[in-house]
Order: sequence, then structure tokens, then C-alpha cells
Amino acid sequence: METMVDIEPQIRTILAKHARLGAEISTLSASADLYQAGMTSQASVNVMLALEGEFDIEFPDELLKRSVFGSINAIRDAVAGIASS
Amino acid sequence: MMNVHAAPASALPLGPEFASAGLRVGIDIVQISAIADSLVEFGDHFTRRIFTADEIAYAQAAPAQLTQRLAARFAAKEAGFKAFGLSEAGISWRDIEVRKSPDGSCALSFHGLAAQAVERSGCTEIALSLSHDGDYATAMVAAFAPR
Repeated sequence: METMVDIEPQIRTILAKHARLGAEISTLSASADLYQAGMTSQASVNVMLALEGEFDIEFPDELLKRSVFGSINAIRDAVAGIASS
Repeated sequence: MMNVHAAPASALPLGPEFASAGLRVGIDIVQISAIADSLVEFGDHFTRRIFTADEIAYAQAAPAQLTQRLAARFAAKEAGFKAFGLSEAGISWRDIEVRKSPDGSCALSFHGLAAQAVERSGCTEIALSLSHDGDYATAMVAAFAPR
């Protein structure tokens, strides 16, 4: 299992492709609010689906929360939690 | 018209903010081309995570309007989440379903935790309106709980 630090580049790549942010992903810190950076609810769905494909996971219903996809840190923690369960 | 399918009683991760609040409203707008991109990129993975079998069947019944119909339904689900404050409740998009009435109108049908949240809200009247024009689809949900 990759460490949480290891998967951040993959998460950033997915966000760059699917989150429809108004800023370059490289300019955003891991704690930056992705919704404030321009991600819509529809874009967050694409991010979720891409994460599921990239990491071969499925977000359970209890993690289908706005906050889970609200920052790189939150995404990383959720993905790591699912992968380790 | 309200259609609520309540799941068996279980602990809800919902707080006092879901007590009866009189009038509730939620609205959402979706770019139809973005939904089209999702369909191209993710295909069935997208449709089956977001939409019920009936919603998919209805959209597929008019191929020329498939994307518009799915976009409007996505907007309706998001509007429902907003109206009932469910963005942090951990609820599947499929638990808020758009149903087409024989008279052509649409209504929301709630399942699982979404149904429980609606019941706890005390709302007895829930209205849904959809629209789309050009590259945008929008939906509005209004709900009323008599005091």
C-alpha cells in the first residue's frame, strides 16, 4: 500500500484533469479549499470517479460528503482509509 | 407530490439543523456539456453511481435528449441535497430520485437515509421544477413543513 505522501501527486494529476479549477493545481496547497478554487459539485463527481479508477476503490455512501473532496488532504485521507480497510 | 421510501430506523448522522424549518429551498445549475464529458470519460461508471435504473431508462428513451435529461436530474439531486442540508450526510445520489408523473410533471422520491432526513424535516409538501436551455440545465426544490 502506497503511503499517504506517495499518492498526493496522483491526486493532483486527477484534480488537474477533472476538477475544473480556476487555478493551476501546482499553486494550491494540500489544505486549500477546492470548491473555493472553482470545483463544482459536478466536477467533484468526476474527481470521485477518477479516484476510484486510479486507486481501484469505491467510495462508500458514508464518504459521499462534500468535505471528503474539499481539499487534497481530505481526499488523500479518504483514499488511504478506503484502501486500508 | 411526495414519495418517500423510509429505510428501517437507524442512527442518522444528522443534527438538530434538520428539525422542521418551515420553508426550505434548493437550486442547482449544471453544464450539459460537462455531463456529456462525464458520459464519454466514465460511461456506465458515471451513470450507475449517480442515477437509478428508472432515471437511466427515462433518459435513454429519448436519445437526442439523453444528456439534457441526465443533466436536469443531476441538478435536481443537488437541489434536493441543498434543500434538506444533506451535503455532509453521506448519502448516495441514487437515494434522491426524479420520477416522472403521468401528467408530465416531475417529483422527487427519497430512499434510505435521504428518506429519513425528509421525514425528520417534517416537510409534507415537496415540489420540483426542472428546466434546460442551451448548455445549461437547472432544478429547483421547494419544501414546506407546517408548524
